[in-house]
Amino acid sequence: MASVMERAPQVREGKVVFDLAEQPLRQVNQFLHQDLKAAGVKEVRVLNPDGAHSIAVGLNAPVHVDIEGHAGYYAAGMNQHASVTVHGNAGPGVAEGMTAGEVRVKGYASVSAGAAAHGGLLVIDGDAGLRCGISMKGIDIVVGGSVGDFSAFMAQAGTLVVCGDAGDALGDSLYEAVIYVRGKIASLGADAKVEPMTEEDCVRLGALLKKAGFAHDPKSFKRVSSARTLYHWNADANQEY
Amino acid sequence: MCGIVGLLVKKPELRERLGELMMPMLLGMTERGPDSAGLAVFTSPVAEDWLKFSLYCAKVNFDWIVFEDAARHALGKDTRMSVQANHAILESTAPAEKVKDWLKQAWPQVHLLSVGQRIDLYKDTGTPGEVAARYDFAHLKGTHLVGHTRMATESAVTPAHAHPFTAGEDWCLVHNGSLSNPYSIRRKLEPLGIQFDTDNDTEAACRYFEWRMREGDDLPTTIHKGFEELDGFFTFLMGTRNELALVRDAFACKPAVVAENDQYVAIASEFRSLAKLPDIKNAKIFEPAPEEIYVWRA
Repeated sequence: MASVMERAPQVREGKVVFDLAEQPLRQVNQFLHQDLKAAGVKEVRVLNPDGAHSIAVGLNAPVHVDIEGHAGYYAAGMNQHASVTVHGNAGPGVAEGMTAGEVRVKGYASVSAGAAAHGGLLVIDGDAGLRCGISMKGIDIVVGGSVGDFSAFMAQAGTLVVCGDAGDALGDSLYEAVIYVRGKIASLGADAKVEPMTEEDCVRLGALLKKAGFAHDPKSFKRVSSARTLYHWNADANQEY
Repeated sequence: MCGIVGLLVKKPELRERLGELMMPMLLGMTERGPDSAGLAVFTSPVAEDWLKFSLYCAKVNFDWIVFEDAARHALGKDTRMSVQANHAILESTAPAEKVKDWLKQAWPQVHLLSVGQRIDLYKDTGTPGEVAARYDFAHLKGTHLVGHTRMATESAVTPAHAHPFTAGEDWCLVHNGSLSNPYSIRRKLEPLGIQFDTDNDTEAACRYFEWRMREGDDLPTTIHKGFEELDGFFTFLMGTRNELALVRDAFACKPAVVAENDQYVAIASEFRSLAKLPDIKNAKIFEPAPEEIYVWRA
């Protein structure tokens, strides 16, 4: 096996290329955080990610990063300004805590995709696992496939778009985030309800789908939002919800 | 936190390379489980009427030659042994109960890890790399295997607390997660005469499954009852004489990834343990769904 050691990154066709089979992940993240601006680099490729954790996290510069394979936990987490594409599957917590920028996953995403993220766009071409968009706070998430159980749990703001089916307990304890689902919903969570699509919904969803690269008709989606019955303490409910 | 690996080869020629193919998988789980490691490998069966017993003795320089002589004397001349560091595999035509009673009475310092016609089991403290080197995992041959790397969160770090745990013959279990009701399960099983070797939560699950299967439930029924009885988080990987079986709890709290192609089925807690497998780029890769039972036959 090749030894992993720090050495100068290769530059190919104006892109900086790191190979995680031969270079440590720390070097990639250090470059992205410290050396990027001085080097004037706008594109970075990461080869052989092989499921490494925390690739391209906390990026605070407008750079494009291509991760050429499967990523492990927290890929592109806490993103601020970058656009990151995972050309494979992403592990748990992809783009968690993102505030702005764009993250795309070409394969599937594991659990807690886009968790607690404040902004930006997360596009998952394949399926997303359980708890997609848990506690999201303003991010827009577009999933080309289906999402697992408890997706958008306690989602506070932003939009979750599901082009396939949704699992059980969708939107449980939802705040002001809005969910659009094209396929079947296995079950709604507490306080989530299906509402008619308005003209405004269609415009908003149409723009998001276009940005994400999906050609579905917005009218083919259902809107799910909070019934707001959990917003206020109900003494008469006697702790039964 | 812990790491799980499983590998089942579909082509007979790959059985010779089972351990070699598995090594990067186990090493890839070092960060998830640096304190102990273990592995059960299912080999071609011993002859009919024979059984093999995986044994462990913590004592350094334990005299296995004296032990082997005593075994022949107590269990009959159809008894043979191979030794690897602190482990030995004893093969005998003596019935399992006779071997167990003899060990308990004459050799309390020797622990029985597994019984069966196909299973060999190794487990010990140390990093996965250290344990694998100690027992030469790279040269193991067989049809399928179940491995584990442990980061203890609920009970002591000892060889006995390491995984896999076994039940009955040719059956083992590894676990990533934690159970919140192992003591209530134990209080339910002990009055039925079921004995526990450790206070490990996974052993409670193992004894529960053992009890249900002994009562006549098949594996899927046993696992479904486990969903009701076992409270907590789990990804369980089980090995039987000719199968690997995988289940995750209802919340999929603990990770699992499967890669399958025409050569093998490989299971690991994370993709990084699968990345070095041959032709992995063309394997079908997926995450198993919660509360679904996946079974692959060797």
